[in-house]
Amino acid sequence: MAHATAVDVASSTSTIGTRPDRGRRGLNERRRSRTGLLFVLPFAVVFLAFLIAPLLYAFYLSLYSKGLATGVVFAGLSNYTTAFTDPSFLKGVWFVVRFALVLIPVQMIVSLALALVLDGLTTRFSRFARLMIFLPYAIPAVIGALMWGFLYSPTFGPMQQIADVFGAQAPFLLDPDHVFGGLMNVVTWQWAGYYMIIIFAALRGIDASVYEAARIDGASSLQIALRVKVPMISSALLLILVFALIGTLQFFTEPQALRLVSNGTITPDFTPNIYAFSQAFAYANFNYASAISFSLGIVVFIAVYVFLFLTRKRGSIA
Amino acid sequence: MTTTAPAASLTSRSEPSRRRLSAARGPRQRTLLPHLFLAILVIYFLVPLWWLFVASTKNVQGLFSGAHGALWFDSRFNLGSNLHQLVTYNDGIYLRWIGNSLLYALTGGLGATVLAVLAGYGFAKFRFAGRRVMLALLLGSVMVPLTALVIPTFVLFSNLNLTDTIWAVILPSLLNPFGVYLMQVYTADAVPDELLDAARVDGAGEIMTFLRVAFPLLRPAVVTVLLLSVVGTWNNYFLPLAMLANTKLFPITVGLGLWQGQASANNGGGTSLWGLIITGSLVSVIPLVIAFLSLQKYWQGGLSLGALK
Repeated sequence: MAHATAVDVASSTSTIGTRPDRGRRGLNERRRSRTGLLFVLPFAVVFLAFLIAPLLYAFYLSLYSKGLATGVVFAGLSNYTTAFTDPSFLKGVWFVVRFALVLIPVQMIVSLALALVLDGLTTRFSRFARLMIFLPYAIPAVIGALMWGFLYSPTFGPMQQIADVFGAQAPFLLDPDHVFGGLMNVVTWQWAGYYMIIIFAALRGIDASVYEAARIDGASSLQIALRVKVPMISSALLLILVFALIGTLQFFTEPQALRLVSNGTITPDFTPNIYAFSQAFAYANFNYASAISFSLGIVVFIAVYVFLFLTRKRGSIA
Repeated sequence: MTTTAPAASLTSRSEPSRRRLSAARGPRQRTLLPHLFLAILVIYFLVPLWWLFVASTKNVQGLFSGAHGALWFDSRFNLGSNLHQLVTYNDGIYLRWIGNSLLYALTGGLGATVLAVLAGYGFAKFRFAGRRVMLALLLGSVMVPLTALVIPTFVLFSNLNLTDTIWAVILPSLLNPFGVYLMQVYTADAVPDELLDAARVDGAGEIMTFLRVAFPLLRPAVVTVLLLSVVGTWNNYFLPLAMLANTKLFPITVGLGLWQGQASANNGGGTSLWGLIITGSLVSVIPLVIAFLSLQKYWQGGLSLGALK
């Protein structure tokens, strides 16, 4: 580390290139660096206390196990071997992985299509639409989930009433066959507008002369959208992908909020986070819950890191 | 992840040529299809909210067997009495929940923003020992799912007898690594070193330089980070659900979840609670909806800041 800062200081002074007052400069430099640390310090304390400490503590807890007869004993990695052979945990992991694989492309396509359409229009209605599509982001996920739970409800939701008109039976979107789609709808509704705004802002950042050049070359609007606009906003798309990936793998709020109205479809081991929560608070099994939390954290971290690494590689070749 | 080209093009965009271009796109029928597409999606995004509004004007009977279906008003307009019931039920616990949510969101969100602005400035404008390691840690932590921290934080706090207090919700909410990252990226771009040096030469102290010179230039990013942190805390469910047992400390999200649990536990006996949940949901979404609609000129550009790097 000392090496890296030495390089830093050297590079910043070399641009000045005035040798004579080097001594005074060094003093200034040192005082300035202390000031920088002071600016960062409050956040660093919070970071240590509420991120590093819980992570280390989770790891520590996960190495112990608590039995009625034995009390707390050191268990080594046995909580982890239990977790990675626990069908409940694996089922939850499999669910969120599948969910991410389907949800993220759908969400990206919806928000990208919306942003591209909105970028091509300058009418009052398009401005209104942009705001309305974003609105669900301002609604807490619990409330959004409760609302959709009501809309799905066979007793007073509109879905059954609309189906009645056609003499049909509306599917209950929280039964085991439909819960995947039912939850996907809730999450897409909640987040597509937020992603759309990020993409839209990135599109606005493109210099319009690029389009004119493409148009002179004979490109159609669709070609411009797919061949010019999309590649130019790839960093915004990447950001969204990473957000969506992190969010989906730690899926908790929506299924937890819909658990009670799902007639038992959403079980206490539905996603890894719900499983950790019920292990901790229903069974007071904090050691095992910590192992699950820590595994989840590590898995997400590695997944995102690998993903970023792969996309960075590909980006530099293209 | 490290292309800076979009950042440069954002500042150099030319509004007039863009407008000329979209005008040249011309004929009216060309825009009919996109408008239709938008209209359908606007309906999809608004239907749940419309339903929520309509449902909160009904009494319990109307909710289950309204005269005009679930998506239209019943023959009786009951919003007033629903609201009255909502704020008086259980000694007005609902108002307490709203108050708690406001307290948590404002203190947690404001605190997180102050920390993020200071740290972002420190990282962007100073060179100090350990800076690179700390930045690497910061970037790594953006990828840590924050919910994985809830259970260990709960156990830590329970050792300190801090669970089931307001601090159990407020203190962890101060952590916003992504906010620091946003502020660092923005500060590095928006605050020229020469300006800071000029202020220092004029004899301004570091704090004065920050407050008078740097801070005014950071305003759009500050509003964005503030909005994101407040919304994050207001919407948080997992953390307060784990930390709090005393219903008087619940934020609105956990409180409505509690009612929903009670309502579905005694089907039939708890029917009146469904009405309260619906009206309560409607009232609880109003503050943030107003905040977003009135602050749109700030967040619309600001939300894309993270995508620039």
